[in-house]
Amino acid sequence: MKKKIFLIFPPHLTDQPITYTLIKKYDLKTNILRASINYNTQGNLLLELEGTKENISSGIRYLENIGVKVDFIHTEIKWDEKACIHCGACTAVCPSDALKLDSNSWLLSFNAEECLGCKLCIKACPLKIITNGL
Amino acid sequence: MSIKKTYEEINEKIKNGCAVVVSAEEVIDIVKEKGIKDAAKYVDVVTTATFGPMCSTGAFLNFGHSDPPIRMTKVTLNDVAAYSGLAAVDAYIGATEISESKGIEYGGAHVICDLIDGKKIRLKATSPGTDCYPRLEIDTYITKDSINEAYLFNPRNAYQNYSAAINTSDKALYTYMGILQPNMGNINYCTSGQLSPLFNDPLYRTIGIGTRIFLAGTTGYISWQGTQFFSDRERDENGIPLSPAATLAVVGDLKKMSTEYIKPAVFEKYGISMFVGIGIPIPILDEEMMKFVSIEDKDLYTSIVDYSVPSRNKPTLGRVNYAQLRSGSINLNGKSIKTAPITSLYKSRKIAEELKKLIMEGNFYLQQPIEAFPLNNRLNTLEIIDAEEE
Repeated sequence: MKKKIFLIFPPHLTDQPITYTLIKKYDLKTNILRASINYNTQGNLLLELEGTKENISSGIRYLENIGVKVDFIHTEIKWDEKACIHCGACTAVCPSDALKLDSNSWLLSFNAEECLGCKLCIKACPLKIITNGL
Repeated sequence: MSIKKTYEEINEKIKNGCAVVVSAEEVIDIVKEKGIKDAAKYVDVVTTATFGPMCSTGAFLNFGHSDPPIRMTKVTLNDVAAYSGLAAVDAYIGATEISESKGIEYGGAHVICDLIDGKKIRLKATSPGTDCYPRLEIDTYITKDSINEAYLFNPRNAYQNYSAAINTSDKALYTYMGILQPNMGNINYCTSGQLSPLFNDPLYRTIGIGTRIFLAGTTGYISWQGTQFFSDRERDENGIPLSPAATLAVVGDLKKMSTEYIKPAVFEKYGISMFVGIGIPIPILDEEMMKFVSIEDKDLYTSIVDYSVPSRNKPTLGRVNYAQLRSGSINLNGKSIKTAPITSLYKSRKIAEELKKLIMEGNFYLQQPIEAFPLNNRLNTLEIIDAEEE
């Protein structure tokens, strides 16, 4: 299974090789979707984990035990497809192309799997039909 | 022999149900297949359309007289101010006006759409009172059916070309062109390209004062040249302007419009605007008109303008065509930059199709302009001078 998690870790943990531990010790495939880590300041990391259910749970327990705050990314945004005019303004700010215009029909589509939860599209939508999904 | 068709001949064909009507996208392949001359013989009308945010939009309303009557001097509609420095019960509600209580969340554009949707709107007005209009204030509700005239009158719509926007600074910019991410994170553009009305009649041979158009779901007319009309722009060998040029002032009956084709737009940290759906039929009078309508995105150019420079003349980072903009990314100085539209091509196509249907069913006839737009119009700027200067 796959799970997206958002990690916030305090300054004293920024020197810990946490992704290495997740891979090596818990046999998880990790995919770093977004990272903002500076040595000795608070860091955050958007991570996709792939592995068995047990290993994902153990890996998350390990992170929490060393003092990392773990947030789960659920449905990040809600897109009101019926009210959409398919202008494309949201695609300008979407970092992962989760919101995408089809190059033939020019209809917008939303792929929740790809969404990083950055919420920039909520601000960018001129019709205000993209809202917080949580 | 060259092809010549008159408006009368084309309208006669529409009446008889035998006019050949295609969209400005469909015509491209027809010309590729048949060539200009045969295509000009075959096609009678080409439909063009756009559905983008157009701030210079608003509506004239006449509320009717109350008893005792009032000469309204300050008017709000759902808490949004309407200009009433006109006769007693006339007002103009501008799309970008913001609510006095809700800010940019609700504004003139929303009032216009609520009216179109038949919703009740709260009308409040005050007056100093006069002998002929004694009432001092009024607080009531109106709908589009309870008032007299309600017509959209937009001073500037349907720009002929528009610059694409980029941001070279290290901070995000919130603009009427959408969000521009720092460090050239994206390029936003705002025309329907090969489907856009004025790209298909670049020298205004058929689009002029009096032209009948599709406006927000009903019939409308071009009433004048739009404001900031700048026809004396640099043009390419096809006569297409390379930067924002002509604009249209349009008018139409708000009561017959549909919010399917007109929508309020709220741009974060900028304000309110309005998506306006406009469709314009282009009669194929001769081979020159056919050549104009067959020009495709790859041959339509605009400039990329840096919005991070807060002055009238913003620097240009390069020239790009609409096929490149449509592709989703372009290469600028070795960097691949994401491109995104602000104009809905999906809706633009829908309007072009709707207009096509109206014409083919004999419900929409072409109107020859009463007067042509000037080709040599330039823009003035506003300078800050004192009383003695000229």
